[in-house]
Amino acid sequence: MKALVAVKRVIDYNVKVRVKADNSGVDLSNTKMSINPFDEIAVEEAVRLKEAGVIDEVIVASIGPKESQEQIRAALALGGDRGILVVSDEKPYPLQVAKILKSIAETESTDIILLGKQAIDDDNNQTGQMLAALMGIGQGTFASEVKVEGDKVNVTREIDGGLQTVSLALPAVITTDLRLNEPRYAKLPNIMKAKKKQLDEKTPADFGVDMTSKQEIIKVVPPADRKAGIKVGSVDELIDKLRNEAKVI
Amino acid sequence: MAILVYAEHDNASLKKATLNTIAAAKQIGGDIHVLVAGSGAQAVADEAAKAEGVTKVLLADNAAYEHQLAGNVALLVADVAGDYSHILAAATTTGKNFMPRVAALLDVSMLSEISGVVDAQTFERPIYAGNATATVKTTEDKVVLTVRTTAFDPVASEGGSATVETIDNVQDTGKASFVNEEMAKSDRPELTSAGIVVSGGRALANGENFTKYIEPLADKLGAAVGASRAAVDAGYVPNDMQVGQTGKIVAPQLYIAAGISGAIQHLAGMKDSKVIVAINNDPESPIASVADYFLEADLFEALPELTSKI
Repeated sequence: MKALVAVKRVIDYNVKVRVKADNSGVDLSNTKMSINPFDEIAVEEAVRLKEAGVIDEVIVASIGPKESQEQIRAALALGGDRGILVVSDEKPYPLQVAKILKSIAETESTDIILLGKQAIDDDNNQTGQMLAALMGIGQGTFASEVKVEGDKVNVTREIDGGLQTVSLALPAVITTDLRLNEPRYAKLPNIMKAKKKQLDEKTPADFGVDMTSKQEIIKVVPPADRKAGIKVGSVDELIDKLRNEAKVI
Repeated sequence: MAILVYAEHDNASLKKATLNTIAAAKQIGGDIHVLVAGSGAQAVADEAAKAEGVTKVLLADNAAYEHQLAGNVALLVADVAGDYSHILAAATTTGKNFMPRVAALLDVSMLSEISGVVDAQTFERPIYAGNATATVKTTEDKVVLTVRTTAFDPVASEGGSATVETIDNVQDTGKASFVNEEMAKSDRPELTSAGIVVSGGRALANGENFTKYIEPLADKLGAAVGASRAAVDAGYVPNDMQVGQTGKIVAPQLYIAAGISGAIQHLAGMKDSKVIVAINNDPESPIASVADYFLEADLFEALPELTSKI
């Protein structure tokens, strides 16, 4: 079986973002970029399935600017076998990304397609679901456990209020939640080896996908500042403030 | 054109998130129809019919919809979508699961977790873990949205008198089936709709301390109990209690954060709370920057004192 893992180049999750003064977007110049944390978990799961003998090959794909090859190389250093970079100058939106991934998944005949549940930049949480719909296959979103059994995969999902397990016919799309696994760190020799692994470069046109979206971001503003708080000296003072000033208890 | 709102429910009763979603639909403007997809869900449809502003309820009652499997529900919604300009669902794990499928089946882009309605085609939504708010205009013929429920006050659950129409529309992908469900048991208010939330973090040190220090305060206040990711990862509490970018988004009247440093990802889930109280022994912790009231104290002393004096 083959696995396809999609990774996105995003701002590092520890960086405090700054909105540009002209409200056109978020300032990403000179900012540390990384693999989206949920995608790292997807890579880890694919590599673990390979180590367990379920998967034979792990293909890593990314759609975005040319620099996204850094994120593909990072995923290859974690155990991916080869990469496909689809270079897009336009901002990739979930529907267009899903269409490209569908093409790749079908051309490569992948059985398990792993994505993060959401990218921490746009916070959309859409691409995996859209991909499953376009392919007409099952989806296991927000996965905290994945078990392949024959031609099916059982996915335990994190839902509001608890856990739900669904059984999916393969091929299937799985999106990862934080609890699925603890991603490993890349070792230096593996980083060196990853440089030699195959990385094909494509364009959206190769897949017949037009990247223009019918969504337009009109402006981006910082969230309203909270008014400065005060330090209270004791529990009594806190209770007094909550009762008489904030009137919330 | 009318607006379709997908009802969130457990086959027995309507979830409050639906009322928040109807409120967002009202701001867009137009007739509001509610779709109830479930199994043995007549009572849910009747409840939805009473909600303020609803003019029609569509009930698709079939075993195929019992567990809200994304594939089946998405086919159903996409099939009835023809009559509607907007399709809305709450941004719960149910809504987030199937709505992007609906959008893809209709070949339209979608907007997740809207927090504001500017006009029928323009919406506000938080990005970058709530550190920026984007205003987005869509030119799609059909607007598919999920709604951040904490950003819209719910409509009244009584007073409406919509008609309930049963639709015979059975969709089954045959690609996915339900195996089982394990729901966390709790007698406390639901985290996302609670008026007060008391949350604990890593500093609680273990699960017993949650029971000993956080829960009595929550019970006294009639509050829900939340947690930071650190507390969940350490196994102190189950992960459906996690508040943050990857957990639940809450906006209660009062949020008490005890022993939580206030990482960006945690703040994303609670910084729209009306009043934030932080109890922490580190005045430099990031939570101090969003707290209305900061008590620098050892939580193992402050929490019991607070519980006994409230």
